[in-house]
Amino acid sequence: MTNNRPLHLFANVTAVTTLGLIFAGALVTSTGSGLSVPDWPNTYGRFMFAFPWSDMVGGIIFEHSHRMIASVVGLLTAVLAVWIWRSDARAWVRWLGWAALAAVIVQGVLGGLTVLFLLPTPISVLHGALAQTFFLIAITLAYVTSREFFQTGRIPVSGGAHHRLRRWAWAALGLVYLQLLIGAVMRHTGSGLAFTDFPLTGGALWPSFGPAAMEQVNWAHWQLGLAEATRGQMMIHFLHRLTALAASIAIVGLALNLWRNPEIDRRLKMMGAVSVVLLLVQISLGAATVLTLRQYLITSGHVWNGAALLGWSYLLVLRLLRHYALEPAPARLQVLAPEGVPAA
Amino acid sequence: MKYTMRYLSLLAVLGGSMLWGQGSISGQVKMVGSGPPLRAIKMDADPVCSAAHTKPVYPETVTVAEDGSLANVIISITAGLEGQTFATPTAVVVLDQSGCQYLPHVWGVMAGQTLEIRNSDATMHNIHSQSKVNRAFNIAMPKVIKKKNQVFKKAEAPFKIKCDVHPWMVTWGAVFDHPFFAVTDAAGGYSLENVPAGTYTVQAWHESSKRLPAQTQTVTVTDGAAAGLDFTFTPVRRRK
Repeated sequence: MTNNRPLHLFANVTAVTTLGLIFAGALVTSTGSGLSVPDWPNTYGRFMFAFPWSDMVGGIIFEHSHRMIASVVGLLTAVLAVWIWRSDARAWVRWLGWAALAAVIVQGVLGGLTVLFLLPTPISVLHGALAQTFFLIAITLAYVTSREFFQTGRIPVSGGAHHRLRRWAWAALGLVYLQLLIGAVMRHTGSGLAFTDFPLTGGALWPSFGPAAMEQVNWAHWQLGLAEATRGQMMIHFLHRLTALAASIAIVGLALNLWRNPEIDRRLKMMGAVSVVLLLVQISLGAATVLTLRQYLITSGHVWNGAALLGWSYLLVLRLLRHYALEPAPARLQVLAPEGVPAA
Repeated sequence: MKYTMRYLSLLAVLGGSMLWGQGSISGQVKMVGSGPPLRAIKMDADPVCSAAHTKPVYPETVTVAEDGSLANVIISITAGLEGQTFATPTAVVVLDQSGCQYLPHVWGVMAGQTLEIRNSDATMHNIHSQSKVNRAFNIAMPKVIKKKNQVFKKAEAPFKIKCDVHPWMVTWGAVFDHPFFAVTDAAGGYSLENVPAGTYTVQAWHESSKRLPAQTQTVTVTDGAAAGLDFTFTPVRRRK
């Protein structure tokens, strides 16, 4: 069985457009424009695609563009699902195509509900989390339709290194995903500026959440003209920083393990190195988000790069699982029978 | 039945006035110290908004004059009117969207009174109410729609209304079950007229309620007299 090159290209386009959609969604949250278009699925009473460009002002630019790009992703996903269903013989891939379509529909409905119910936090968080999950599904479809996926033969990796690499890769992926979920909670609970200093948090490495420390933080907020933060918001914010640290350790650990392992090919080593670069960009954007008091392009860039890091970590896991196999047990450990005599 | 109740309420007020008389409460609200430094609003996101102003526009979060006079404070009676009912005014309260700002920044209405929301701008707005006692809403105000009426049915403590198209646009409103409320002007002044004689608790509320927490004072109103009642806000820094 060989890959369908146009189909793979189309799946890639869908995945990349999804990443663009995540940036557009981040712009909506970062500019507080989520409710700038009060109706859904219409826009100010008009059919979405008939809304005039001249009325695209203020927050409407972000919210309406998000809806338009989301429609494009929905259309691409529908075409992709049908294309896979008609051309791919693997039942599980066909099901995955339909799952992607179902996910994008649910995502659209969640987006509509957030508007109609005035941004309830659970629905908004779910909308943010499903966006990342759908992106992973899109990457999966792109990967399983690639030529690389159809290549047979696996590169053997010795037992200990093999298990270690898989553990690091899963830890990095899991922690980045968890971090993005916490990030979604942080954004939709207004906790992004609960602390306005970096790298310290509330003037300390480990902030106190007592009344005196909270007052110190909130007095600074008053001086800056920001809303006061609650203890819950401060905790969510700090949890985001803690998880960032854990995810950073996992990503760097994975990259080092890949780099030092002579059995790993150069391409995967480079993937590990790129993960570290994306991580450094992500930390810088996170710090800049706080220090610029959530400048909307920087904040959205932080969300976008986070999604890119998630997708990259996921692709790394997929490649590791697909092309590296546990090396067979050494010969000396096998029970050898005398020639011509079947082993007992 | 509804009209009968209104007439009875009116009679009760008039009767009370004749029996016990009416007075007024007036005064000034000041702030000691300064508010947070305010940065000029960037309105470039909408050319209509930026074209409406020739001078920088600042947020009205804390509007304090050089002499300390504090504007946009809601003064209202919070106790002393129990058991009394009051007719809902037929006059509308106007909330205008002009130059991509809400005018006025702070306002009050009686429950059941009409709030007339205008759009004097040649651009789109949305009216997103964050009321909790009354149902929250988010309504479109395209540039072709110049007026919309809204009625809040229940009394409610001050709540925020915002425009998400222009995130700097914020206004605060409160809904009362009596007509004895006012918002301080630029000189910090206010006046509550035709208050039945009696002893009342009067509250002064500012939108920065965490740092400038609401204050209450007691005042006695006597027939035909003007009771003076001043308030002074000082930013609270809690030390523990």
